[in-house]
Amino acid sequence: MNNSAINNYLPHEVEVVERVQETPSIFTLKMQFTDQKIQQEYRFLPGQFNMMYLYGVGEVPISIVSDPQDDNLLEHTIRDVGRVTHGLSQLKAGDRLGVRGPYGRGWPLSVAEGKDVILVTGGLGCAPLVSVINYVVRRRELFERLVILQGVKHSDDLIWREQYEKWQELPNTQVMVAASETAKPGWPWYSGHVTNLLDKAVFNTDNAIAMMCGPEPMMLAAIEPLRLQGMMEENIWLSMERNMQCAVGHCGHCQFGEKFVCKQGPVFPYSEIKELFGVKGF
Amino acid sequence: MQKKILTKTHFNDFIRLLRNQGYDVVGPQVKDDAIVYDKLNNSEQFPIGVHDDQTPGSYSLLKTDETSWFSWANGPQALKPLVFSPQEKLWSATKDEQNKLSFVENISESSPIAVIGVRACDLSALAIQDKHFLESDFRDPYYESRRENLLLIAINCSHPAQTCFCVAADTGPEAKTGFDLVLTELAESFLISAGTVRGDELLQQLNLETATEENLSLAKQQADHAREIQTRVIPEVKSLKNLVNQLEHSQWDEIAKRCLSCGNCTAVCPSCFCHSEKDQPVLDGSQTDHVRLWDSCFNQQHSYIHGIVIRAETKTRYRQWLTHKFSTWFDQYGQSGCVGCGRCISWCPVGIDVTEELAVICE
Repeated sequence: MNNSAINNYLPHEVEVVERVQETPSIFTLKMQFTDQKIQQEYRFLPGQFNMMYLYGVGEVPISIVSDPQDDNLLEHTIRDVGRVTHGLSQLKAGDRLGVRGPYGRGWPLSVAEGKDVILVTGGLGCAPLVSVINYVVRRRELFERLVILQGVKHSDDLIWREQYEKWQELPNTQVMVAASETAKPGWPWYSGHVTNLLDKAVFNTDNAIAMMCGPEPMMLAAIEPLRLQGMMEENIWLSMERNMQCAVGHCGHCQFGEKFVCKQGPVFPYSEIKELFGVKGF
Repeated sequence: MQKKILTKTHFNDFIRLLRNQGYDVVGPQVKDDAIVYDKLNNSEQFPIGVHDDQTPGSYSLLKTDETSWFSWANGPQALKPLVFSPQEKLWSATKDEQNKLSFVENISESSPIAVIGVRACDLSALAIQDKHFLESDFRDPYYESRRENLLLIAINCSHPAQTCFCVAADTGPEAKTGFDLVLTELAESFLISAGTVRGDELLQQLNLETATEENLSLAKQQADHAREIQTRVIPEVKSLKNLVNQLEHSQWDEIAKRCLSCGNCTAVCPSCFCHSEKDQPVLDGSQTDHVRLWDSCFNQQHSYIHGIVIRAETKTRYRQWLTHKFSTWFDQYGQSGCVGCGRCISWCPVGIDVTEELAVICE
């Protein structure tokens, strides 16, 4: 869709097919373009995002969580946190909204084939990385070890809990979940910061790729132990968030040093952004 | 390209020719105590005998008995609003009875515009905006439709302001490229020559005399003078590129004590491209317009993400602006984002002078 001959600013109509309430503040919209041709031609990579448009309110960038080979539905898992996302949270099956995309660079999933995959996420329902977990699990034979590290503040924040339990039953897969602030009695996983668990992750540093998503201090804390274990900075990938209004590198809001996060990211290898990563004000 | 002579007494024939060719003619004139670019019907509207006095934090005009039309440097705006509109509708959405949505794009279909009196600094800034809006990964159809409509008639600068530093920025005072026609003001006439085929075709229709050696010599003297009177300098490119390694310099705190974070510098900067988008629904909800407006990295909301403002302090906003304009712009577009027009110095309400701040930070 990002052909230069067309207007990249113009959304296309989609219809909500199903709405799922994941937690009190997180919901998933499963949608279809109402124009069948657009639906059939739509292609994306996990890690890319769409601009979702709510009639009369505005646009917001949201990561795509559906499987790239699912031609039927486009899925977005969204946290009700701002003006537009609150409006989106009120939608139900049959409602219409606008979508344009996909935008940005996705996760390096073809590069990751044949490698150990370490996925580190922090925060509530880290959608950009959940799409990777699902992608790898569905194509398990293409990858070596799978290590999933998920951090939440409170044990109640963990969404898709049954899935984590299911994933840890998979062969050659390690799942570690951490609750940093409060863990209810019966919490079967770790109490503390998820980054403390990196020492326990078992993988071959020479043939591994790490992908992470979450608050920047968490990602910064996770990068150090990975580097100490011998991982190259270009094999540590992370997803950045910045204000995005145009998604095509024009509006200027997402600039991170010389990078336009919307088009050069949102996924970057740490080596490309390390000079400014964690610097206040960028 | 051969230089011809267009006398001031025949200048209205030139304006008439442009209008007959379907152009809306825009040119500099005095409005609200400043030089602004607006619709021009005849040459009497030019700022005849007007000089501008620009110093840090100050812009004023002085009317004299002189007969020159272009004895001033610049005003707050020139080309930017003509191609990158301060506010424009990108598209409209409508909702029918079944709640189905339709989207209609809104590409402006304005008539061609001929701009007379474009400065070299502003042509350089336009080339920078072309790189951003047209030659980057995505083409902007809104900018493109306006840009294609422009006929550019440059005027070599003979009276740089005290705030100007186009020589240091290597963009002026003479227009070298990017124009259809270029003028040099002499006493009673203009030297005129073409920079494009389109410009040359217009020139042919004017039936003008060829310039004399004396005319050319006077033009050269004026250009030399315009170069020599400029005193402001900027650090060399190597030092500018190194700005991103000066993020902890104490001068950022010093600037933040003076900077009001008002965004005037970004509004008058001819290369600043930041804009925001918003929806403007009509009251009955049947239609909503999606518009974009100029924005500034000095606004609090510019760096907002889900409850967090990344640049909450003035210090980090000024640092963002300066490091982008003079340093990371090289990584993005292979050149500085500053053309040396000096507007950010004149129009800063507290008179912050980028050239002075750069000298301290890059020393």
